Amino acid sequence: MEVAQETLTTPAKITAVEVSGSVALLEALIVEGVDTIFGYPGGAIMPIYDALFDYNDKLNHILVRHEQGGIHAGQGYARTSGKVGVVFATSGPGATNLVTGLADAQIDSTPLVCITGQVFAHLLGTDAFQETDVINITTPVTKWNYQITDATEIPEVLAKAFYIAKSGRPGPVLIDITKNAQIQKFSYEGYTPCNHIRSYRPKPIVRTQYIQEAAELINQAKKPFIIWGQGVILGSAEQEFKAFVEKSGIPAAWTILGAGAIPTDHPQNVGMLGMHGNYGPNVLTNDCDVLIAIGMRFDDRVTGRLDKYAKQAKVIHLDIDPAEIDKNVKSTVPVWGDCKETLPLLTKAIEQKKHTEWINKFHDYTQQEVDAVIHTELNPTSPEMTMGEVIKQLNEITKGEAIIVTDVGQHQMVACRYAKFNNTRSNVTSGGLGTMGFALPAAIGAKFGAQDRTVVAIIGDGGFQMTLQELGTIMQSGIDVKIIILNNRFLGMVRQWQELFNERRYSFVDIQSPDFVAVAAAYKIAGKMIDDRKDLPAALNEMLSNKGSFLLEVMVTKENNVFPMVPQGCSVSEIRLK
Amino acid sequence: MSTPDTDKQEFNITVYTENQIGLLSRIAIIFTRRKINIDSLNTSPSEIESIHRFNIVINESEEVVRKLTRQIEKQVEVLKVYYHTNADVIWQELALYKVSTDVIAEKVSVERLLRENGARVVVLRKDYTVFETTGHREETDNLISILQPFGLIEFVRSARVAIIKDSDGFNRKLREFERLEPGEDVIENEYLNQGQKVFTM
Repeated sequence: MEVAQETLTTPAKITAVEVSGSVALLEALIVEGVDTIFGYPGGAIMPIYDALFDYNDKLNHILVRHEQGGIHAGQGYARTSGKVGVVFATSGPGATNLVTGLADAQIDSTPLVCITGQVFAHLLGTDAFQETDVINITTPVTKWNYQITDATEIPEVLAKAFYIAKSGRPGPVLIDITKNAQIQKFSYEGYTPCNHIRSYRPKPIVRTQYIQEAAELINQAKKPFIIWGQGVILGSAEQEFKAFVEKSGIPAAWTILGAGAIPTDHPQNVGMLGMHGNYGPNVLTNDCDVLIAIGMRFDDRVTGRLDKYAKQAKVIHLDIDPAEIDKNVKSTVPVWGDCKETLPLLTKAIEQKKHTEWINKFHDYTQQEVDAVIHTELNPTSPEMTMGEVIKQLNEITKGEAIIVTDVGQHQMVACRYAKFNNTRSNVTSGGLGTMGFALPAAIGAKFGAQDRTVVAIIGDGGFQMTLQELGTIMQSGIDVKIIILNNRFLGMVRQWQELFNERRYSFVDIQSPDFVAVAAAYKIAGKMIDDRKDLPAALNEMLSNKGSFLLEVMVTKENNVFPMVPQGCSVSEIRLK
Repeated sequence: MSTPDTDKQEFNITVYTENQIGLLSRIAIIFTRRKINIDSLNTSPSEIESIHRFNIVINESEEVVRKLTRQIEKQVEVLKVYYHTNADVIWQELALYKVSTDVIAEKVSVERLLRENGARVVVLRKDYTVFETTGHREETDNLISILQPFGLIEFVRSARVAIIKDSDGFNRKLREFERLEPGEDVIENEYLNQGQKVFTM
């Protein structure tokens, strides 16, 4: 590659130059504004890595320790930065290692462009070394995928890939590039970003008729209730959402991925929905008269038993994806559109109101929940620490300014319930797929996506052991990630279910762990273990003020349960406080 | 989503797509993921050059079919999806039957057989004969049972092709897709079906 790259990185049409497919790919990334790539090299992607060697100053490639770590890092990056996460992997096992992350990104609508190497085109279908049918394996877990066998396709396909990944309801895209196409030289005429695909309608033209119908319902409502999801964040509609909430005076609750779209402390934010959400939002879902769902998809963990979900309410559903409307909950008024466009129209059409009495009802339930659950969780008198008090202490130091990345399980529910979020794009977690092992690599990506913010990963002892090899990525990249392991020496969430529903038959949930602090030390990462409450504030301060990454292992109560809880198969109003 | 079997009926799903490798698989898995059997699947060109058309037949409730069509339409290379009951479409399936010429010539009034079943002879050889008939499932099935006693050697039936009776405007909408900026009329699939109070495509 003797071409002068300085002259190449230009979005406008340029005089055709001979470049390889690999160079064309990297040029595409630069024009798309990519600054960070998470990846792992291998045989079938070597030409791209060879080209990358000369692009070191423009593209920051982070060498991960496993492709799954790479894609979760890409997800974390996308979630905090709002940009498209980019991941490189080789063919065969490299590509199949992406599948969990693709499925996670698909269900959580995270924009990604994954580039996989593939064997030479003439070897396709011959069971060649490290050949696997990546396109067919990844079809169910990608928004779009495509195999490139000819270098001339690269600029156009990459442009489509970025457009599809980030537009409409975002999602992961995978581009599989055969090795011959990476090597092949062709006449490159520059890169033009894509803004139209004729068969693809990322968002509709908003019809005012539904806005009017929705506004009438809202204006007449006595007990309206807003439930919002990640759509508000994905649509960058936080301000529009806040304006709507404040003018309407309606109480609002969030799904786990919607956390932080308006601050935790906002007077109309009444808490979290779902299986381990707050008491009031769950119970009062079955009491409200108009339910306004914004950018959320009525996941079963939110709705509980569907045939007993909000049956008394008229439902207004704002979503950009028409397949979500009427999928689980039938809407009275479907407001199909980008909530950045629909919310201001709706705000304009509604009357300014205050629903003080109705909001007070939520506060009554909050008080009941405080008395039955929250107070003891956050101020325990037991000798052992609870997960909740760790989060409470953390809030006191970070003041809600940190990005909180969680894994999956009890600690995730506790962290999402009690962590304070002042800002949007601050809660990174695996919501839909529930991927254990997500947090550590996602935290690395989250930090690269928001380098001026503090990133705290909160992980269980089980999940940490699924992807702990990414400590190597932290070591080598020098990235600053704070890691809290809440160690209850159990696979706690499964144990909780076994306790409650399987007569305490603790089947394979008793997990042993290594000395996490020693593991961190082996990766040159500072660390500390505490098992005494009195050491908690100092340890958290030490972690947060440490220059560079820090691993804090906190020993917590072994058999604590997360409450409230909507048992599976029960209605949201049957939520249990104990 | 469990619906009583009584709600189920045959639906004809018409999918207009780009002609792209891998799209068949992308569409097929929308059904297989939900453990829904595809009774018939045909791909062909459409009335518009470069736009491809799938005809898919499944036996399901309308509720399920509506959700499936939305999932299909969500695919990037799918332009438009419609679903119709059998009453809403004109449909045909083609079938071929191979029999021994000796047996058939000796034992059957071929002329009557052809006339009564609307069949024709495609190939007539010393050793075998191939009949063809086109029609609904019952009609092509009927000829199987007629020929079975005479040693039906081979039978094959094509997938269903269907023309939508009330397709006024579909073509116009499809052509709209060729434009860069969609007009109001192309975004036709978000209206609330006022009669049934459902959000339809």
